[in-house]
Amino acid sequence: MSAPLLQLSDVTKSFGGIKALSGLSCEVRQGQIVGVIGPNGAGKTTLFNVITGAYRANSGDVNFDRQPITHWRPYRIARAGAVRTFQNIRLFSSMTVWEHLLVAQPGRGALWRRALPTRWADGAAIARAEEVLEFFGLKDVRNQIARSLSYGTQRKVEMARALTANPRLLLLDEPVAGMNHDEAEDIRRLMLRLRDGGLTILLIEHDMGFVMNLCDYLYVLDFGVLIAKGLPAEIQSDPIVMDAYLGKEA
Amino acid sequence: MSTYTASLLADVGILTLGALSVYVILATGQLSLGNAGFMAIGAYLASYLTVVAGVPLTSALVIAALCSGIIGVMIGFPALRLKGIFLAMATLGFGEMIRSLFLNLEITGGAGGFHGMAHVSVTYVWIWVGLILVLVWLMESSRAWLEMRAVADDETAANLIGLNTTMTKIGAFGMSAAVAAVSGGLFAHHHVYIEPGNFGFERSIDFVLAVILGGSTIGAGSLVGAALLVLLPEQLRALDDWRPAAFGALLIIVLLIRRQGILDRSLLRRFTFRKQAA
Repeated sequence: MSAPLLQLSDVTKSFGGIKALSGLSCEVRQGQIVGVIGPNGAGKTTLFNVITGAYRANSGDVNFDRQPITHWRPYRIARAGAVRTFQNIRLFSSMTVWEHLLVAQPGRGALWRRALPTRWADGAAIARAEEVLEFFGLKDVRNQIARSLSYGTQRKVEMARALTANPRLLLLDEPVAGMNHDEAEDIRRLMLRLRDGGLTILLIEHDMGFVMNLCDYLYVLDFGVLIAKGLPAEIQSDPIVMDAYLGKEA
Repeated sequence: MSTYTASLLADVGILTLGALSVYVILATGQLSLGNAGFMAIGAYLASYLTVVAGVPLTSALVIAALCSGIIGVMIGFPALRLKGIFLAMATLGFGEMIRSLFLNLEITGGAGGFHGMAHVSVTYVWIWVGLILVLVWLMESSRAWLEMRAVADDETAANLIGLNTTMTKIGAFGMSAAVAAVSGGLFAHHHVYIEPGNFGFERSIDFVLAVILGGSTIGAGSLVGAALLVLLPEQLRALDDWRPAAFGALLIIVLLIRRQGILDRSLLRRFTFRKQAA
């Protein structure tokens, strides 16, 4: 079997005396949708922050595409192909949807191409942005300020922004939080299409129905510790997971 | 054109460039209160090159811009660690440092100032202003400019989606310093005499004021702001002693009515949309 795309070995991250992640090891295989679930405060977002370089792990190793990225700066990790979205949406406040898609192609083009007007010098960037715009069905809102759109649409713009960078691993932090059922279903279909196109996805989500229907593999975190892993069906019937979510029976 | 009008127009051009130099840094969300320092570097270096070394003016301006740009990049590195008001204070310190450097530097005349430059026409000044305005205008529709705006909007997010925010901020400092140096070189060769007092704190404030007044989201705002800042006080001459007070009141009124400055992106968009519709 080939090496996993993302591999964490024994990663620990603490804030003062609190261990947000302790001795976490996990891996994400190419072409899978992998979910990370767990109660609030389990360390899920911390895990994303460690992978993408926003936080630096206290110990342990993160390998992405066989490269040790543990101490890389965030933009390098993103350029290597691991791009994320944010739980609390972080769109650029002054930009339209279209501008978000143009700016998020950091690896593309020499400096002179990037410094000249995009419509003259950078047809490839425009083509890619159009493609992603079409894929997420955002054409109607392309010239609107992204922050002014509905919550669900803003989440889509964040995903689109991450996707225009041509990532190999897409990290989604609660992609359907605050969405209604139809919107979430729309997102689920888009993700399946992305996976079928060869993209690997790692996602954090609270909506259990959504996770069970989408993920190929699951990790369960509680208080920074990995308490279970397996196929969705296995996790669903795991007594340890039920305890973590619902509390232990007396 | 009378010499009076010509001199006012030249001042508008020189201030436009100074304002643009602040605008370029402001596009990345950083406020510089020390750009008169870069202007001084450009003024003294260009003058020294033309007067002492006999370099033609245009080449001297290009050399001054490059040198000042390099210094801007060097200043950009320590400035990376500072944000907001702290960065503003540090740049202010830099500006004052450069001013006192020239105050004590004997080869450029020290406190006595430096002269001997050949006077340049207002046309020559505006060729440079036009050139740089067009360059900035072109850059505004580039992806590099979007990267700068991304840094201003949310630096952490920009970094996490793969933008090298360090390079962007340092690049902006370098560009800003180069533009300010051209402004300084033109100032020196239009007024044919410079002294360190020309490049004090008030000069840096003028640059910032022109940007804020004219509009800090598009380059043309610098032009509008500079024109107002130079021409308005002239129009108010009749008020005599009350002139500065009236000018101050007008400034406050403009900022109350249009906080974003006279020109802004949405205004521009409205115009371009109308053009497309027609």
